[in-house]
Amino acid sequence: MPGARKAPTKGQIRRRNLEVAVQYPLDWLEERSGLVGGVKYFLFRNVPADTNWMQTLGAATLTAFIVQAVTGVILAMYYQPTPQGAYPSIVNITDHLTLGWLVRGMHKWGASVFIILMFLHMGRVFLFGAYKYPRELNWIVGVLLLLTGMMEGFTGYLLPWDQTAYWASVVGINLNGTAPFLGPWLAQFLRSGQEISGDTLTRFYSLHMLLLPGAIAGLIGLHLYLVVRLGVTSPPWSPEAAGRDRPEEPSDLRQGLTQPAAHGGGGSE
Amino acid sequence: MEPSEHGPDRDDARHHEPSPTLYPLGFAVGIAVILVGLVIDPLLIGVIGLAITLVFAFLWIRDATRLHREERVAVEAEQRKAEETGVPVKGERFPRSRFLESMTVGLGAVIGGIVTVPVAGFALLPSFLGQGRHRVDLGPLSQFPEGQWLVATFMTDPAAGEVSRRTAFVRNNGIFQNVPSFTIISNRCAHLGCPVQPNGPIGKTSFESTANGKVRLIQATPAGFGCPCHGGQYDTEGNRTAGPPVRALDRYAFEIVNGRLVLLSTFSVAFVDGTGAQAQIHKYKLAGPGQHVDGPEQWFYPLQPPHH
Repeated sequence: MPGARKAPTKGQIRRRNLEVAVQYPLDWLEERSGLVGGVKYFLFRNVPADTNWMQTLGAATLTAFIVQAVTGVILAMYYQPTPQGAYPSIVNITDHLTLGWLVRGMHKWGASVFIILMFLHMGRVFLFGAYKYPRELNWIVGVLLLLTGMMEGFTGYLLPWDQTAYWASVVGINLNGTAPFLGPWLAQFLRSGQEISGDTLTRFYSLHMLLLPGAIAGLIGLHLYLVVRLGVTSPPWSPEAAGRDRPEEPSDLRQGLTQPAAHGGGGSE
Repeated sequence: MEPSEHGPDRDDARHHEPSPTLYPLGFAVGIAVILVGLVIDPLLIGVIGLAITLVFAFLWIRDATRLHREERVAVEAEQRKAEETGVPVKGERFPRSRFLESMTVGLGAVIGGIVTVPVAGFALLPSFLGQGRHRVDLGPLSQFPEGQWLVATFMTDPAAGEVSRRTAFVRNNGIFQNVPSFTIISNRCAHLGCPVQPNGPIGKTSFESTANGKVRLIQATPAGFGCPCHGGQYDTEGNRTAGPPVRALDRYAFEIVNGRLVLLSTFSVAFVDGTGAQAQIHKYKLAGPGQHVDGPEQWFYPLQPPHH
């Protein structure tokens, strides 16, 4: 009885046309690459119902890294990694270029935010026990990310090339130099010679904006791959957590925790 | 291939667990010899240890992988024959796919090596080779009155600019045994390399134009030297008196050329007995800040990188 169906209104037709218009390029892309499905698979995963706000710290750290990458790329357009030019170019960015103060400030303070968030995220993973089987490897990748992140902090600190930057790097390099056996060699490699010079600055600049960010991006990819593959953990207090569903456990205890309302708020345990 | 056809081979492999071997022990002995060599004589004993390590590593790897190498070839040849002719043929035929596989991996490794070796060398070696020696002309001896401390600030390499600026504390000790004597202390703290300051009032500033550009000389009356970073304290001979430094302040070697004071390389000092011209300086090759040059802790730093 097709005649009984109401004719679509103008609004419905417009909406369907819009859907087709939006869907067409996505379908085109999906058919040729599978990317749409891949992104959906990555973003619309099932997670435990009782995930916690603390479990957003990893995504926050990723956001901080992206902010550092974007602001760093822009700063590199104006910064000069030479002993004569470094500090004047920093002054130029901060005092003269439009919005330079803001982008440099984002990069400078964002660096601390990145490190702090890494530690908070690590603390969450530790306290939730989320590093345990089968996620040990992701903890190790996370430790490597922490190390490369700290190296970013160390190499970036020299770049303003002011007195604080210079002497902090002298102390930091000499700290490395006191490591047994290979320490003196490591220090001389970091200095690019026996004394801090212009080569030290360009070396730190190259490490800071090419090698270490590349390593961090790769490690983040691995980190996220393992998160997607292994899934998100429940909080430790979760009654739904994996391994909690033991038959010998009194059922009323679990019901009392999960559905207090059904028992008239009877949390008698 | 039916899984069942793998059965006998797998069982066979399980019976042939690697037998216990002494090669790891030899490997460990080699490592131990290397470590001993690092302390005693890196060139001779270190190389011997390295040779022992490499030989035993090779034997160990060969021993550990023997079963895999033998078995895999045998299994694959057998399977191929079974598929193609239906008649299992025993033999050690090297299959074409394995040849191509190893050629691809091998050529890739060769290309990677050709690229990596020079790049890694360029990343590492310039820091260690061709480290230039500096001579710094501080001006005529008349600028340095006997017994007067001067804070001398100069550039070791005027072409490099301000980044090569260094400071030394200079005191003319007068003539000792017919030779002019100077105490010339580097201002780099023996803890972590911060610039130590004279503990005491400073006086007049003068400038001297030399081959190294402008040298600044500031009169000072120090009771000692102190570091602003972590509080290391030294007496006027550079001996540590308090705080975290592990040895005395480094000193500059010097020579006097045509009546002018010329600074040469720096050297490290464990401690100094006595003062001024009569001082007994316990002198060592230059070590980085924070590194012990005497006592048992010196064993942690057996080999310094090449420097001037």
